[in-house]
Amino acid sequence: MAQGAQKIVFRPLNLARCIIWSGFALLLLVLPLFFNKGFALTLMCQIGTIMIFSLSFNMLLGQSGMLSLGHAVYSGLGAYFAIHMLNLIGKGWLFPVSLLPLVGGLAGALFGVLFGYVTTKKSGTPFAMITLGIGELVFAMSLMFPEFFGGEGGVSSNRIAGEPLFGFITFGPQIQVYYLVAVWLFICTAAMYAFTHTPLGRIANAVRDNPERVEFIGYETQRVRYLVLIISGFFAGIAGGLGAINFEIVSSENVSAIRSGTVLLFTFIGGVPFFFGPMIGAVIFGFFIVVLATITKAWLLYLGLFFVMMVMYCPGGIATLIMMQFPIVKAGRFREIFPSYCLAVAAGLTLLAALVFAVEMIYHLSLEAAAGTTKAFFGYDVEVASATPWLGVALLSGIGAVLFVAARRGISTHWDRIMGDIIRSQTA
Amino acid sequence: MNAPAPMPVIAAALELRAVRKSFGVTEIIRGVDLAITKGERHAVIGPNGAGKSTLFNLISGRFGVSTGAILLNGGDLAGLKPFEINRKGLARSFQITNIFANLSVFENIRCAVLYPLGYKYSFWKALSTLKDANLRADEILELIGLKKRRDVKAGLLTYAEQRALEIGITIAGGAEVILLDEPTAGMSRSESDQAVELIRKVTVGKTLVMVEHDMSVVFSLADRISVLVYGEVIATDVPEKIRGNAAVQEAYLGTSLAEGAH
Ligand SMILES: Nc1ncnc2c1ncn2[C@@H]1O[C@H](COP(=O)(O)OP(=O)(O)O)[C@@H](O)[C@H]1O
Ligand SMILES: [Mg+2]
Repeated sequence: MAQGAQKIVFRPLNLARCIIWSGFALLLLVLPLFFNKGFALTLMCQIGTIMIFSLSFNMLLGQSGMLSLGHAVYSGLGAYFAIHMLNLIGKGWLFPVSLLPLVGGLAGALFGVLFGYVTTKKSGTPFAMITLGIGELVFAMSLMFPEFFGGEGGVSSNRIAGEPLFGFITFGPQIQVYYLVAVWLFICTAAMYAFTHTPLGRIANAVRDNPERVEFIGYETQRVRYLVLIISGFFAGIAGGLGAINFEIVSSENVSAIRSGTVLLFTFIGGVPFFFGPMIGAVIFGFFIVVLATITKAWLLYLGLFFVMMVMYCPGGIATLIMMQFPIVKAGRFREIFPSYCLAVAAGLTLLAALVFAVEMIYHLSLEAAAGTTKAFFGYDVEVASATPWLGVALLSGIGAVLFVAARRGISTHWDRIMGDIIRSQTA
Repeated sequence: MNAPAPMPVIAAALELRAVRKSFGVTEIIRGVDLAITKGERHAVIGPNGAGKSTLFNLISGRFGVSTGAILLNGGDLAGLKPFEINRKGLARSFQITNIFANLSVFENIRCAVLYPLGYKYSFWKALSTLKDANLRADEILELIGLKKRRDVKAGLLTYAEQRALEIGITIAGGAEVILLDEPTAGMSRSESDQAVELIRKVTVGKTLVMVEHDMSVVFSLADRISVLVYGEVIATDVPEKIRGNAAVQEAYLGTSLAEGAH
């Protein structure tokens, strides 16, 4: 051990790592100072939970090349076990509420052992299909056994149960739940990151890249997939347990294909190739599902469009978009390309505005026809049935398109020039 | 069929007994007997489609034999999966480069040393603290001449570099029996000369079986040569005898042999 400690050299990389992790901890600590409204706190709790869930999902997809279409099984069943435990605590069992996520995690891992034994026998598309099947199976079960799953209404509970932690933390106030989520999020993120730097974590990457070759360097790929799935189920279950505390209700929706699809969608948007990608995805999840859904009925349409755009133009997700800038920033030449980026943002916002006006007016005409043809936009009443607003949409689209073409040309010329220089300087 | 060359009495490192393999109705390997001694460098030559790669696939457990037996150090390999055979001390390379394209060169090699060093499936140890694995991986990089390319993504290497990495992954685990499938295929003269030096270096004290088309490579490396034609070994002997073997001349080598053997 002493020898091992000596080997740790203080490299800039380690320094950067220290800064990032302390920065993350600090951010989690101070966020409630800025967002202390009930709504914002609930939202942050939800985002934190989804972060753990999507990181666990990406352990499979991004790190091991396993596309699970039923990952909600592990978080959902974890949530059920956690909420039953919470009810038992309410009945007098001695167990701290703060450790409920661990109950969820153990349940998730247990079901990982059970279902993973079947699913990980296959890889690739067959794996995806089997996980889909298992997801449907568990969902059907959740409706068949109301004693455990609570039927249509689900299982509800009260998180103010048992002895208060340190004498005063009852998890009644949302802020206390926030810090519970924050602590679990930090621990789980660190643990999952550490996992990527272990023998199993690295071999999982090898299995993702080339499963056949792995078999010829002594590893059984099926065993690798199985173990990763169990570990992933563990963290998914923790997320489920936190969700149970946050919402105080767990229903069959928690194990549904919709949940499984949602985590896939936002993990992808966030960025599968990078460890932190899913965390970005979780923030975007918060924006779409919680914020946008309360503002407009058309949020699913926006989400769908956004997802399709990402898949088509940026399959590496937001994280890749960010990481692509690093060589340019490092070469000190970000300033050259920055104006083109600004132009791109302007183009994007203009086109977005055109889209939003059009979609909202169409929604108003089709779904809210009974309410008349005037719609309020940011305090202004717009006569949807007249030509004027539509001309506005057309004008915005035109301006946006021109800006878009200009931005695209600017970015590609700058990008090619700068990257060309960087590559030349490296090989020289 | 020619009788195998006289063998010493010690157990062969690798032995094939009447091995046959059919895909559907076509029999690709038609009764191969072969015994390779410990420490021997053995080349398998033969025309395209003769079944050389298939033979390697059978030995390494990628496919099961239809009939016959394959023994590694006297132990039967029947029914064993590739990873089990690898753990018994046999490693192979592939004719078509088979690496981990998204991992760095160093990670490629390190992956290959983890299991043999006993780290197996552990997820409670940090890779950076595994001194022996990291040292060994760096040694291998030095050996295969890719030290400067240590942190480059394997998919971005040149073809010759990828072939060197392919050999590196194969030998990294320290297996005693090494199978190389056309290690110099597609290389230029100078690249293939380097590859020969590399193979010589990394297989010191090991048993090597390699498939090779380049006759100069074969004659400079091999202790013995087997000629495989249509799934049958028509001759196994030392290089000089193979060169003079009439059946071999007729079936396969023709004039190219004289040209290759300079
Ligand atoms: N998996 C397979 N299924 C069917 N036929 C195969 C398979 N692998 C190889 N073959 C056939 O076996 C023959 C020998 O192939 P191979 O062993 O690759 O020859 P080579 O001596 O050139 O390495 C070829 O005709 C090939 O088509
Ligand atoms: Mg071949």
